[in-house]
Amino acid sequence: MSQATVDTAPLKRQKRNRVLLQLTCIAVSLFMLIPIYLISLAALSSRESLNAFPLSLLPTSFSFETLNAFLGSTGVFGALGNSLIVGVGTLLLSALIGVPAGYALARFAFPGKEPYQLFLLFARALPIVVLSVPLARLFLTVDIYDTTYAVILLHTALALPTTILISASVFLGVPHDVEEAARVFGCSPFGAFMRVVMPMALPGIAAASIFTFVMSWNEVLGASILTLDHRTLPAQVLTSLADSPLAYRFAGGFALVIPSIIFIAFMRRYLTNMWGSTIR
Amino acid sequence: MTVQAPPAPAKAATPVRRRSVPAAVWLIGPSVVFMTLLLGWPVIEGVMQAFRNEQGFTLEFVTRMVQDPYFWPAVRNTLLLIAVMIPIQFAFAIGMALLLRANPRLNKVHFFIWAIPLALSDLAAGLVWLSIFNDRGYLNSALAWLGIEGVSWLAYDNQTTMFICVLIAELWRATSLVLVIVVAGLQGIPKDYDEAAQVFGASFWQRLRHVTLPLLKPSLQVALILRTILAFQTFAVAQALTGQNFPLVVGETYRWYTGLQNPNVAAALALVILAVSMLTSIFYLRALREKTQGGTR
Amino acid sequence: MADISISNLIKTYPGGTERATDDVSLHIADGSFTVLLGPSGCGKTTLLRMLAGLELPDSGSISIGGRDVTYLPPNKRNISMVFQSYAVFPHRSVRYNIGFGLQMAKVAKEQIDKKVQWAADLLQLTPYLDRLPAQLSGGQRQRVAVARAIVVDADVLLMDEPLSNLDALLRLNFRSELKKIVQDLGTTTVYVTHDQSEALSLGDQVAVMRKGRIAQLGDPLDVYDAPSDRFVGGFIGSPPMNFVDAAVTPDGELVVGDQRLMAPSLLQSFGNHSIVLGVRAENVSVAKERASGHIAATVLVVEPMGSTILLTVDVEGQTLKVQAPPSFRTAPHQTIWLGFSPNTMRFYDRETSMALEAN
Repeated sequence: MSQATVDTAPLKRQKRNRVLLQLTCIAVSLFMLIPIYLISLAALSSRESLNAFPLSLLPTSFSFETLNAFLGSTGVFGALGNSLIVGVGTLLLSALIGVPAGYALARFAFPGKEPYQLFLLFARALPIVVLSVPLARLFLTVDIYDTTYAVILLHTALALPTTILISASVFLGVPHDVEEAARVFGCSPFGAFMRVVMPMALPGIAAASIFTFVMSWNEVLGASILTLDHRTLPAQVLTSLADSPLAYRFAGGFALVIPSIIFIAFMRRYLTNMWGSTIR
Repeated sequence: MTVQAPPAPAKAATPVRRRSVPAAVWLIGPSVVFMTLLLGWPVIEGVMQAFRNEQGFTLEFVTRMVQDPYFWPAVRNTLLLIAVMIPIQFAFAIGMALLLRANPRLNKVHFFIWAIPLALSDLAAGLVWLSIFNDRGYLNSALAWLGIEGVSWLAYDNQTTMFICVLIAELWRATSLVLVIVVAGLQGIPKDYDEAAQVFGASFWQRLRHVTLPLLKPSLQVALILRTILAFQTFAVAQALTGQNFPLVVGETYRWYTGLQNPNVAAALALVILAVSMLTSIFYLRALREKTQGGTR
Repeated sequence: MADISISNLIKTYPGGTERATDDVSLHIADGSFTVLLGPSGCGKTTLLRMLAGLELPDSGSISIGGRDVTYLPPNKRNISMVFQSYAVFPHRSVRYNIGFGLQMAKVAKEQIDKKVQWAADLLQLTPYLDRLPAQLSGGQRQRVAVARAIVVDADVLLMDEPLSNLDALLRLNFRSELKKIVQDLGTTTVYVTHDQSEALSLGDQVAVMRKGRIAQLGDPLDVYDAPSDRFVGGFIGSPPMNFVDAAVTPDGELVVGDQRLMAPSLLQSFGNHSIVLGVRAENVSVAKERASGHIAATVLVVEPMGSTILLTVDVEGQTLKVQAPPSFRTAPHQTIWLGFSPNTMRFYDRETSMALEAN
């Protein structure tokens, strides 16, 4: 009896809104994915099919020809290597300097902590371009211009504030009690850090490191200004942009995009933590 | 024996202080040194490069920068891009974050997809959209399949479509940064506030205006500052899509340094970016703070 | 003001296997104070949230004041609520918070000011009206949440464990204040709690819930005095009701182990049955000397509580909690004698745990 009187109109409206919600989400996802699909399509098409017009929107002429040509052109292979060296170098150096600082920021009260944090925020906001031009001259005088070291130093300087802030928030997430418990049961401060804190913080630190690597992998301007013969991949692509065929550019775009997607898949669980935590 | 008693608390107090200060200094120290050398020094050096020649202080490079025919278009394009892009980007990001909060099916997959561009450089984004917008690209191909004649989206005489292309590419690439910050901010707001507002009769828009957005303000402030500063640095998107046809300030720096081999003017341009970035940050901080004070009345 | 009719409400959370509420029907009279009581996960909060419209049922119906609201969104239900976490908006002043519901309803500004002032006076918040919630103590924030809930002219006032985040002393004080406020207001109130003493002290009507169903519904004293099953008796009261395995002899006598008890006459009809005897700690008398109808017990633990002494004793291998007067002196391992008065004994079926009715 009472069932019959239930007004289900609001429920229907809600269900309609749910459908609308799903459709909107799918539409946004398509907007994000279709360009990636198309660049992959372009990079994995044969050269002659790229010259055709209109281009096929479906993968009809799958071929590694374009990609091989790109990888085979002068400088690209070396640039790929340089990119890896710079990325890993930046990752290691910024972890080495940044993780201890993050730990101190999370655990200790020290004089000058506030100015230090402010300094970090300021440093994070410093445009790359401001650093690159003067650094080129400085590096020329100390004779490391046009080396991967120069790019590592620049990228570390850029990544360091973020690394420190993120690792500080990661360490804040490790309860102090656990560390104290380790101390009470006989660990030295360093032992407690290595045995208890580090294992708990490691996933977050690893995500932060990937983040650093991605930043380095993507950085274009500084790397192009600081190097001539030892370019990273983005710098190489940028400098040869003007005088290269479209196919080369598509393959270059593809080569830059795919690793990024893989990196972000690795750190997807930490996306909000990383950006959210740096807000404090 | 009674004399020995007082030192005890002092002893207990000093080790804490004595130990934590050096420990912190050892841990913090390297980062301070490193950043001073690689961030502080170059900034000073940059100022010197821009304002000094062999004779000392000079405005020669600044004058050359301003007199360059590309300078004002670059400034105009940069400001226009930011003024149009930032509001759209924030509306999109907030909308997308609210969609995710409504908990659609495959919520996590969507979020991952929407976050992908976070890891893309503006160069990569430019090349991706080049494959779509170039004359013989996928957009014109799709139009051709539909029987519609294509448009030269990126042609020099089509300033408007060129601008729109750069805008779309930047929206595609950089909205994820705002999205992730907003999502993180939303996660930090307990659901209870929204529920309480619902119970007390607030409609969706009332809740958004009176509860959700005000609570999101710290996140929005960070996103706004970060995003604007990064937007000033955009250049490879335009470079990849249009070459020199759509000059942006950072692109000009790059051109002066590599193309024209003049680091001094490049340094002056870099200082323009720095100054504008700092000014906008201060502006945002001020504007958003005053609003808070006005709001509580 | 309005009455509430809940009928056959069924809700399973997405991804869950058990029903959060399992065919619940309940009528709440206009102006009454009903407490939903139960352990965590019993479905009491789900039921309240369905009343609020924050969750929607899979089937069944809810009507408030004769109006069907089953699937209506919360903002169209004309209800008001106090949240467990208070949910006082942190970014706005106390004044704004209290007036929020009125502002959403687009009430005239003078009217809002007047009502806010009234609620602030009632809850002693007047000095804090222009402060932010962060500048208040937990107890004051709680008062803001209550003030916000009472200024709106709602049909129904819902409260979700509103006292559980307060410390013990504050909780006790605010409880009586809350009771008075709600009584004066006269609004139909539904109150969720897991604290049985709150339920007994506040409610006109208590619904004890377990596993998504209402185990017993009634006047608080009835629920305390005559639990309808072992679960209710064990959940309500501090200490909970004692349950002792016992047997009824063919001639209607009650036997615990080898000892005989004076049994009420109603037990005659359960001759030759195994049953469970339920008795509250305060209904057991203690003596040091043997008396007729008393049974022997060994003291295990002695806990002086101030006004009484709580004894944990062993009777034939079963553990009981009994109350002794503060003057009663005993120690572990001593033997004492327990007396039961027939009209305070309750009996339960050993298999079903349900109360046995005389017939």
